Amino acid sequence: MSTENKASEPLQVMFTHAMPYEWSIGLYGSVFFHEIRKNRRFTGIRCPGCGLVYVPPRRVCGPCFRELTELVPLSDTGVITAFSVVNYPFIDPNTGKQRPIPYTYGYIQLDGADNIFSHLINETDLEKIKVGMKVRAVFKDPAEMQGNTQDVKYFEIIR
Amino acid sequence: MGRRVAIVGTGQTYHKSHRPDVTSKEMIKEAVDAALLDAGITIREIDAIVIGNMDHFESINAVDTYSVEGSGAYMKPVMKVSTGGTTGATVAIAAYYHVASGLFDRVLAIGFEKNSESDTTGAIITCSDAIWDRFSYSGAIPSLATEATAYMEQYGARQEDAALIGERDRNHAMNNPYAHLRRPLTVSDIMASPMLAYPIKLGDICPRSDGACACVLAADGVAGKMTKTPAWFKAAAVRHTYTWFGDSTDYTKGLVSMQRAAQDAYSQAGITNPVEELDVAELYLPYTWAGLKWIEDIGFCGRGEAPKFVGEGNTHMGGKLPVNPSGGVISTNCIGATAMLRVAEAAIQVMGKGGQRQVPDVRNALATGFGGCFWSDVVILSSEKP
Repeated sequence: MSTENKASEPLQVMFTHAMPYEWSIGLYGSVFFHEIRKNRRFTGIRCPGCGLVYVPPRRVCGPCFRELTELVPLSDTGVITAFSVVNYPFIDPNTGKQRPIPYTYGYIQLDGADNIFSHLINETDLEKIKVGMKVRAVFKDPAEMQGNTQDVKYFEIIR
Repeated sequence: MGRRVAIVGTGQTYHKSHRPDVTSKEMIKEAVDAALLDAGITIREIDAIVIGNMDHFESINAVDTYSVEGSGAYMKPVMKVSTGGTTGATVAIAAYYHVASGLFDRVLAIGFEKNSESDTTGAIITCSDAIWDRFSYSGAIPSLATEATAYMEQYGARQEDAALIGERDRNHAMNNPYAHLRRPLTVSDIMASPMLAYPIKLGDICPRSDGACACVLAADGVAGKMTKTPAWFKAAAVRHTYTWFGDSTDYTKGLVSMQRAAQDAYSQAGITNPVEELDVAELYLPYTWAGLKWIEDIGFCGRGEAPKFVGEGNTHMGGKLPVNPSGGVISTNCIGATAMLRVAEAAIQVMGKGGQRQVPDVRNALATGFGGCFWSDVVILSSEKP
């Protein structure tokens, strides 16, 4: 009897292989990472139409739909505009492994920029982090930098 | 100006966390059959089909061709539309454009998702920008949570204020036989549930569901022959901002895409006082805080006033403007179908087919879609032909 039940169970197939991709960072995106490696500071770009400074730098201002060329050196500091402390376990599609938790995901307005930069903040104690706090980027050792967002290790709160 | 268009039939599956008994296309067919039955037609009378789900969620990318046996699109004009969380509403709007154009009289719109067939959080992470956002992003929950932290900071809202949205929607789901989670939750249940990403707790966030939804749209002159109660499109607005999170999350401005889509929709529908002129709203609220923050962006109340507006019962069943009689996204979330369920449920309300979840005497119903990187769709349906 149990054998017959088993024979009518719905079946599933699985796919578990890695599928590598390769993405171009783009002209100004590459400048952004080179500048981090050379001078440990961020780079924005100003729109000649609306005057907004965007970070990361990109070729076009969405609202104005104009080509951007004026790169603007920024510092390594900013302000927390929003954050969340991530507590739930999940598989990181970048690595195929569980991402270490807890960690703090933050939206940071870099000084001199008009939009927001998303990254990590190294404070998971809700008593010690608030919207509006000043933060500073902590970079990897230049020898270890690979030209990606993890060249910034995290932002730390300036106390 | 396009032709006038109405929804004349809707269909949806029952929703579950896992449907191992069917493939996606078999599940799609359940919703399509229900919608055709509701509209009183067969697939032969459908002139074109628009379908969508979340890109690559089930690793089925050519969804338009993949789904043919379920959608009935064999040798018919079929197009896939996929815009992240807004997909279901955008598919409905694309079907509306098809009919309004004058080129097609009867169009079938379909949204579906089998969340059980992939890792939802992993799949959502791959929707974010590979170079800039993907390494720090951890799916929908934390990015929404950032909005909640900013909202609390700006207006002094409490976690209990948000939890009331969850209590409301989960209670409403008790009236909807199709809802996935039909177990009431109280504010204290939600407050006591595990913290996933501050301030979002398990009770504050939507489930992962398997399900499909379909709508039949028909042109003026055809719709009236198919049903006595067509749900006419009075407005349809789509507003997408950027892809990068940092370009869409200036919370001092609010949810700009929703504000703009709502303004556009009200202007199309000639609505100046939404709370007075709308009778019901089916809002894409994937987490409880959205039920506060976004009703301000949609213009149901002023900035920072939502906790009071909701707390007074204005959005509960029997209130001034009931929100989510279906139980909403907090109760059912088959992502590619979720925003279409909002449109379908709004149509159900206008058509008076809501059974236990019916709001009395609905003339105007508003539906929203939300997703992508803080993107918004707004649809207004009405019993009055515009």
